Amino acid sequence: MTLTGGQVEVLAIATLTAVACAVTGTFLVLRRVAMLSDAISHAVLLGIVVAFLAVRDLGSPLLLVGAAATGLLTVLLVEALVRTGRVRQDASIGLVFPALFSIGVILVSRFAGDVHLDTDAVLLGELAFAPLDRLVVAGTDLGPRAMWEMAAILLADVAFVLLFYKELKLTTFDAGLAAAFGFAPAAMHYGLMALVSVTAVGAFDAVGSVLVVALMVAPPAAAWMIANSLPAMIGLSAAFGAVAAVTGHAAARELDASIAGSMAAAAGLVFAAAFLVSPSHGVLAAIARRRRQRWAFAEATLAVHLLQHQDRPEAAEECRADRVHRHLEWDAAFTGQVVRRAVRRGMVARTGPCLGLTAAGRSLAREYMGL
Amino acid sequence: MDLAAPLLDYTVRTVTLGTAAVGAVGGVLGAFAVLRRQGLLGDAVSHAALPGVALAFLLTGSKDLPVLAAGAAIAGWAGSLVVLRVVRSPRVKEDAGLGIVLSTFFGLGLVLLTFIQRSGDAAQAGLDRFLFGQAATLLESDVRTVTGVGAVAIVLVLLLWKEFKLVSFDPGFAAGIGLPVRALDTGLTLLTVAAVVIGLQSVGVVLMSAVLVAPAAAARQWTDRLGPMVWISAGFGAASGAAGALLSSTVDRLPTGPAVVLCATAIAAASLAFAPRRGLAWAAVAAWQRRRRIHSEAVLIDMLALESGHATMHHADENAHSAEVLRLGRAGVDPRRTLALLAARGLVRAVGGGFALTDAGRDEAARLRGGDGGAR
Repeated sequence: MTLTGGQVEVLAIATLTAVACAVTGTFLVLRRVAMLSDAISHAVLLGIVVAFLAVRDLGSPLLLVGAAATGLLTVLLVEALVRTGRVRQDASIGLVFPALFSIGVILVSRFAGDVHLDTDAVLLGELAFAPLDRLVVAGTDLGPRAMWEMAAILLADVAFVLLFYKELKLTTFDAGLAAAFGFAPAAMHYGLMALVSVTAVGAFDAVGSVLVVALMVAPPAAAWMIANSLPAMIGLSAAFGAVAAVTGHAAARELDASIAGSMAAAAGLVFAAAFLVSPSHGVLAAIARRRRQRWAFAEATLAVHLLQHQDRPEAAEECRADRVHRHLEWDAAFTGQVVRRAVRRGMVARTGPCLGLTAAGRSLAREYMGL
Repeated sequence: MDLAAPLLDYTVRTVTLGTAAVGAVGGVLGAFAVLRRQGLLGDAVSHAALPGVALAFLLTGSKDLPVLAAGAAIAGWAGSLVVLRVVRSPRVKEDAGLGIVLSTFFGLGLVLLTFIQRSGDAAQAGLDRFLFGQAATLLESDVRTVTGVGAVAIVLVLLLWKEFKLVSFDPGFAAGIGLPVRALDTGLTLLTVAAVVIGLQSVGVVLMSAVLVAPAAAARQWTDRLGPMVWISAGFGAASGAAGALLSSTVDRLPTGPAVVLCATAIAAASLAFAPRRGLAWAAVAAWQRRRRIHSEAVLIDMLALESGHATMHHADENAHSAEVLRLGRAGVDPRRTLALLAARGLVRAVGGGFALTDAGRDEAARLRGGDGGAR
């Protein structure tokens, strides 16, 4: 299927948005404040609406500033509420952002309903229409305005991360040590929150408030299932974000459905895949590891049993292949599997009706017994 | 604007009753959720319910509330199970689990919703009322469903009161005395799902979580006991539900969900500020009074110390000290206000350009200095 020029532009905006969200989201997920993205992305609606009602121009950069300020204000409000000791963090978040969001929704439906800021756009974004708003400089059409906006935001995100990489890393993983070194964890925290707010505002335009959360949380969480270092996690997270954007866009075209919703669902699938098949921390890897350990332990138990009894008077009874399961109090079929596996691996050999340890089996048993 | 007048209208009365019931049930279950630090689980559940609504419609073609609510309940329940499962991985923390479930389920729901809309099915109209809620669309039968499910949920909470109380405050002990903690956890989560689902039509998926959190956070300020907290929370929830529904049916273009949420938030803000004992306003007043007392005590002790230092120097002005000198003392702030207050209490009098202790002030200062063990 070929994409038209407009669709290529939509895809480009979607990918830039997803990557920008993934890069900032990495730090939210690592700092365990992923739900702040939920709070911020909802609250920026109020900022956008208030700034719009003030300047009456949807293209004004004041909107970006006003909205980002609301995001930061939300974080401050949540933290102030927690500091009073009256409300815990989960309830503080749950108290602050629905209120700000509600004010925003009411303002939109009462005062801004006639412009293209409507309640549908709040939830769905308007990615499909983004190419209609062009950036024209000196008479030349440079492409959709949203594309340049998201590219600038992504650039700012990357620049911030590169510039403050060391500080971000230390304050994220060991805030106490960072403070002792004089790295000002609070400054990093609010710097990051400002960055998240700006990114959320840009992404809000494209994908709406709830789906910003999907792009900020799911790709980094998927990356954390796999990566073991910060650079790897940032890189993987950005890659996963891009994958979610591309597949989500394709699926939305197939179904003729919301692109933003489809990207969010795709991000969820990316996380689900990582959660299941990550070679280091995935569910399947854990199951396989448990199974391997189960067989290895059974083999070692058998070897220890044989070592204890072979070359002794009771060996004829204790080591008989068809009796050994009774002495170990195992299921006969399971014992058969263990014995076959041990024979195949050269730990155990059959001598007549009895089982005997090979040299390798002997050393395995000794190792297990700590001899 | 007379808020009671629309209550004469039968439809408005029905709608108000339904939304009040939603608020009350949300308040009861929200109290438990907030105490268990699961204030945001409701957010995940309500967003996760959206694909259930859309799927129920796609599969049955019905727009009846019981059908859609059943779909919502199944999807919301599935969402909460996914959260509980993924956070068992050491690499997924609770915040991320909640964020992923709420946003990706919701995304899926939007895909299905837009798919239904664009497939041109005439019957689709109205599914999007589940986003922000439209209490006006509640029929009498819907209100019966809402109150029925809500009543069952509240009766179950009453029946299992002791058990729910124990697993909320001390799950370890509950397990120790042989209570089925996992089953009770599951039960409480299921009831929360029910509370969320009955509110979807009037409040909407996006803001339903606030109906759980805000009344409970407000009620927490008024009491330290579970029983009163749950019922106060239910009352706050019902009040915000009713007020929100009334406002939204009287004021043009005012979606119900945001109206209910703002009423609940107002109650929470007032409670945080003015609840007896825990209110922030009282705490601020008490802190101010404490600061003032500490300052006046410090100034009195300083003045006494200066007097005894001067005893042999025969000051012309009868041991009067200027405010500038006292500023360097223990209080560490400008003492002029404090001196004025002390003068009003008759402990200090103005002499020339300065201040001197009265006899009563000298006694008080000596008593205070004796109190801190520093008497010479």
